Amino acid sequence: MPKRTDIHKILLIGSGPIVIGQACEFDYSGAQACKALREEGFSVVLVNSNPATIMTDPDMADATYIEPLSAEIIELIIRKERPDAILPTMGGQTALNLAVELSEAGILEKYNVELIGAKLPAIKKAEDRELFKEAMKNIGLDVPKSAPVTTVEEGLDVIDDIGFPVILRPAFTLGGTGGGTAYNIEEYRALLERALKLSPVQQVLIEESVLGWKEYELEVMRDCMDNVVIICSIENFDPMGVHTGDSITVAPAQTLTDKEYQRMRDAAIAVIREIGVDTGGSNIQFSLNPKNGRMAVIEMNPRVSRSSALASKATGFPIAKIAAKLAVGYSLDEIKNDITRETPASFEPTIDYVVTKIPRFTFEKFPEADPTLTIQMKSVGEVMSIGRTFKESLQKALRSLEIGSAGFENIRRELPLSEIKAKLKTPNADRLWFLAGAMRLGMSVDEIYELTWIDPWFLNNVRQIVDAERSVTGEDAGNIENLRRLKETGFSDKRIAELAGKSEADIRNFRRLNGIRPVYKLVDTCAAEFAAFTPYLYSTYERPFYRLEDKAPGIAAPEFECDANPTGRKKIIILGSGPNRIGQGIEFDYCCVQAVFGLKEIGYETIMVNCNPETVSTDYDTSDRLYFEPLTIEDVMNIIDLEKPEGVIVQFGGQTPLKLAVPLEREGVGILGTSPDSIDRAEDRKRFKEVLDKLALRQPESDTAMSIDEAVGIAGKIGYPVMVRPSYVLGGRAMEIVYDETALVGYMDRAVKASPEHPILVDKYLEDAIEIDVDAIADGIDVIIGGVMEHIEEAGIHSGDSACSIPPYSLPADIVDGIKVQAKALARELGVKGLMNVQFAVKENEIYILEVNPRASRTIPYVSKATGVPLARLAAKIMAGKTLKELGLTSEKSITHVAVKEAVFPFDRFPGVDTLLGPEMKSTGEVMGIDDEFGLAYAKSQAASNNKIPTSGKIFLSVKDKDKSHTVDIARKLHELGFGLVATRGTAAHLHSFGIEVAVINKVMEGRPHVVDLIKNKEINFIINTVTGSQAQKDSFSIRRSALQYRIPYTTTISSARAVVMAIESLLRRELKIKSIQEYHSTTR
Amino acid sequence: MREKALLVLSDGVVFEGTRFGSTGETIGEVVFNTSMAGYQEILTDPSYRGQIVTMTYTQMGNYGICEEDVESSGGPKVNGFVVKEYLDFPSNWRSSSSLGDYLESNNIVGIEGLDTRALTRHLRDYGAQMGIISSVDLDPVSLLKKVRAHPGISAIDLVREVTSSEEYLWREGCWKWCVVERDITPLKVVVYDFGVKFNILRNLVEAGFDVSVVPAETPAEAVLDEDPDGIVFSNGPGDPEIVKYAIANAKNLIGKKPIFGICLGHQILGLAMGGRTYKLKFGHHGGNHPVKDVLTGRVEITSQNHNYCVDINSLHGQVRLTHRNLYDGTEEGMQHVELPVFSVQHHPEAGPGPNDSAHLFKRFREMIEQS
Repeated sequence: MPKRTDIHKILLIGSGPIVIGQACEFDYSGAQACKALREEGFSVVLVNSNPATIMTDPDMADATYIEPLSAEIIELIIRKERPDAILPTMGGQTALNLAVELSEAGILEKYNVELIGAKLPAIKKAEDRELFKEAMKNIGLDVPKSAPVTTVEEGLDVIDDIGFPVILRPAFTLGGTGGGTAYNIEEYRALLERALKLSPVQQVLIEESVLGWKEYELEVMRDCMDNVVIICSIENFDPMGVHTGDSITVAPAQTLTDKEYQRMRDAAIAVIREIGVDTGGSNIQFSLNPKNGRMAVIEMNPRVSRSSALASKATGFPIAKIAAKLAVGYSLDEIKNDITRETPASFEPTIDYVVTKIPRFTFEKFPEADPTLTIQMKSVGEVMSIGRTFKESLQKALRSLEIGSAGFENIRRELPLSEIKAKLKTPNADRLWFLAGAMRLGMSVDEIYELTWIDPWFLNNVRQIVDAERSVTGEDAGNIENLRRLKETGFSDKRIAELAGKSEADIRNFRRLNGIRPVYKLVDTCAAEFAAFTPYLYSTYERPFYRLEDKAPGIAAPEFECDANPTGRKKIIILGSGPNRIGQGIEFDYCCVQAVFGLKEIGYETIMVNCNPETVSTDYDTSDRLYFEPLTIEDVMNIIDLEKPEGVIVQFGGQTPLKLAVPLEREGVGILGTSPDSIDRAEDRKRFKEVLDKLALRQPESDTAMSIDEAVGIAGKIGYPVMVRPSYVLGGRAMEIVYDETALVGYMDRAVKASPEHPILVDKYLEDAIEIDVDAIADGIDVIIGGVMEHIEEAGIHSGDSACSIPPYSLPADIVDGIKVQAKALARELGVKGLMNVQFAVKENEIYILEVNPRASRTIPYVSKATGVPLARLAAKIMAGKTLKELGLTSEKSITHVAVKEAVFPFDRFPGVDTLLGPEMKSTGEVMGIDDEFGLAYAKSQAASNNKIPTSGKIFLSVKDKDKSHTVDIARKLHELGFGLVATRGTAAHLHSFGIEVAVINKVMEGRPHVVDLIKNKEINFIINTVTGSQAQKDSFSIRRSALQYRIPYTTTISSARAVVMAIESLLRRELKIKSIQEYHSTTR
Repeated sequence: MREKALLVLSDGVVFEGTRFGSTGETIGEVVFNTSMAGYQEILTDPSYRGQIVTMTYTQMGNYGICEEDVESSGGPKVNGFVVKEYLDFPSNWRSSSSLGDYLESNNIVGIEGLDTRALTRHLRDYGAQMGIISSVDLDPVSLLKKVRAHPGISAIDLVREVTSSEEYLWREGCWKWCVVERDITPLKVVVYDFGVKFNILRNLVEAGFDVSVVPAETPAEAVLDEDPDGIVFSNGPGDPEIVKYAIANAKNLIGKKPIFGICLGHQILGLAMGGRTYKLKFGHHGGNHPVKDVLTGRVEITSQNHNYCVDINSLHGQVRLTHRNLYDGTEEGMQHVELPVFSVQHHPEAGPGPNDSAHLFKRFREMIEQS
């Protein structure tokens, strides 16, 4: 069927901020969908609250709305844009849930908008567990025993039939939030209560446990002609019981016979037909009892998912792009496979390599969180790697993770076997290394299987890796053939060096000297059956072959087959940002992709190196050439040796590539843009002080300590409170504000572990200062300010966790001008060529410089979306030699609207973790609110981050002593605006003394009824709670956790409480309006 | 212990690897198969007689050997097996032995550890060609001489090597994980065994046939004497033009009984109707080729294993095209314009590969019922 001509305008819903369970993969899918639909001549209207995405770039859609993802806002967009159809399958669960809501509210019918991709009945059948189970029964497929319950009583009724252990799955929650496994009735009751609360429809599925069964996923596509193909099979290394998002997964399936695989394939096809997903991709999960082959269907996602992104990268088949084309009427055989060009998309990719995905966790950010892996997802990112064998692919994945691992290091070697066994039994982020450890201690594969239920095939592969380690020091040590074998098995130079007691450079040189170099193979969807035209490559080590000459018999020179075929064009390598983690996420992928776009525009061949399968940067048609490789010096140098680029860009991918700048320069590689020496001048404390002294700029007093004693001395000299942190960190890792010596000593004990090679920085902490971020772009001569962002939260709260506003909303103009002058002076002095970010603090009208980073910052996409200036794209061109004048950027853009960025936190994933903010970054993502005035922009930012500000009702206040005086104005305003006020004793007394009417409520330990009772009874509409000191924190912890649990909007800083008041004033005065960023940008001067 | 082995192609390319399976030496036409699973079905598929198969997927032996998953009796039919990595620790609840042991006990020479992608690309670029694997003679020059001395497999009637020596009955259906009741009046079908895959027989049983399998050289008259409801021309190895007796028998049967041809059977029917066949550069061997059913417009993902094709134009309108391969446009199926005869080039019986085309066995039954 050719494309539909009865629809012209399509609304695409994005997935909102990056949260655990919903990350950049939906930027990838959304961006692909935008491209595919516009390619077909459709007009695309896009809504997404996340400014850090490529999809919200103004040239990706015809109209782009960076607005909160709520039915209310989307109705406004529909009313204005009048799309013919909505494509809800590209924006994760968020978009799907919105589609259901819009549909059920009659909005789609009212405006005559059609759902394409998946219709409402299909979505409901797939998402409602009971309907799904019924559907599976209809087609004769097995599902685990289960029953949906809506009350605790119902839950207790069904448990006898199902039996323990039992799995609880709340309906319609993200990434299985609120799910869990109960082994006894007590645990069951507790989990059930929580799950019921978290499910937006108060429904929980109680399910037979299939713990220990093998887990598989199939990525399926169907077109309107009912053709169905399987794109990829994925086998989980971790058996059932660990969320797929937290599991190590491998493609293709490894331990299925063809009979078993075909049975699963037939089942998957039956499922997509029965559920009735008309067109597009779906992900279907199966479990298989390893003892008898019994197969059960676990669930189905009737949309593009995280696994679809992985499957696309694993096979080269662009699922989202094809799904978009299918949604507008094409059939699979009408679409060409981009990679082979000749063959159609109606086929099943076959691969000749092994793909391994390993999730990336950040438990170190949440020490109070339980690090056990369960059916509730906890990882924040992932890496993928490709190798010709599982062993090679697994080891490449380990070093891609960037957690300091170069292979199967012997971690925690002090642990006795009994404790290692416990680590094997309970799934955890380090289990892979403990497997190897257990093997070294003599445990057999069978014994390990009994503890882990990880398929023996995987365990035996790990055993082979561990066995191979011995050859490094054994009799084969130094043997060239042995080294080749180790490289074929995936060992990194660094790991071999560790084992051999040599340096990484020794191994690299020995290897090069003996011609042991990787070859690059193509990801071509067809295992070399057809020629491929897209240079999407991975490295591997292969043995050579020879050609016997006809005329003179004898052995010719060894040949290696490498698919890379570098071109002779002028080219630049852009190093990506690796796995998403807190502090380094999609913002940097945005910058890298913009750099690619920019360099392409000026005629460069762009080469991307990255290992994150979720991203747009690892889409094979983003850059000219894509190397899906770990971002280590070894793997990057191998590519540079082969490609011989003009230079490398390391400043766009966050710390990951930046860390490689010095080692790369040492290898003689040209680093483009700001010189590594300038970067060092900005990063090195002493040198930076010289820069500031020269420019007569001010910074908070500070010094560098190499030891605990030194730190104590420095703090004493500059006075507490001080901010302490290791140098060279991103995301505020291990950064803390300490108020006394005891706290400082305690910190030093912990921090030295955090970064052993670098000293500790001690800064004077400016209490109650306003923090400002500035992004600027410079070409070595001219400097243009990209944006000045005033933080809502005070200095001391990590800038990544603060809300901020462009333009500044409270700072006087002369201070803003002063800040700009200082930023420009810094850029000139440092000779910045490209981007620079400066953090300032303003206290009592004094400007202080907190830090300067001559590279792309986390705020670049936000600034670009707010102002319409593609800073990263321009900066890449500057790095390639262009000047600002040549690029036509000669003056700072001023905007008449206001854009507020707000951070989004994963607290709901981690019971036991406090929601207070500090210098350590904890947010996973961000949203942007944009409007004509600050109040509304702030209100939108809060609505978009699930913290919707109420316009009436009751507000609870409990603030620390220092904040009490500031609270008076806030409380008075709120009262005037018609809110009822409730406060704890101290806060209430203070407010009473100013004549403000406020009710008193008990703190939790003061007896009942107390504030948590009010929260649970939903009598509170907003919470303002600021605390200081660990005791007060403990006392009020339950307030903040219950706010989270009962989804009561809250704030934990007085500065944001002020912003909330401004937002309420605006909300009461004016109705919410929407405007596309293209409209906003057209007013930028 | 690592034991060196060599693979030498007749154009002089030498790959060095490690022996697995049996020690020894073997010659065959080297072809690649792109199926990611199903090595056991491939090894036992009689159509691979005379060929050395290299798997493009790299991890082999993962699930060992399962007794139910054979496509013929008497062990592997391939002449040799080439893989990137053999893994000697099978993991599957049905597995009864390892791939390596299986090959060794059946005297099949295997080689692993070489760059199978380079080999595949070489075959893609230069075409399928003869090759020799040896773990006993490690002199590449000597091996090259041996492989060049071989006449090539087109010269050999491989069907004779794999057909059954006498007629037998078949009642086993497809492997289902559970017993399935069938309430359908069985029809009688005679299957010409040119190297038939068991899955064809199993699928015929599923479609409601009582199956009788006859040797390749059984005269047409003998088959007609059995008065079957239909006849199947099976798959099989080698060049169709060499099996003259089968072509002659086909001529005598077309029009007398409904006929279904698969793979070699399809080619034999084409030749019997006076058409021509031609050899593909490196054949189709895998489980992911899209084939469009011209009658329904549906695309089926198919199991493929053939080096030859029927040129349907050469049949001058006697048949109409029913299936087309969407990868390279080659003709995959035909139906006689008047007579109850149809045939496909791909493998509706799967084993290994997708079951998308299994409905053709039902179509065969319907054709019989309507004729």
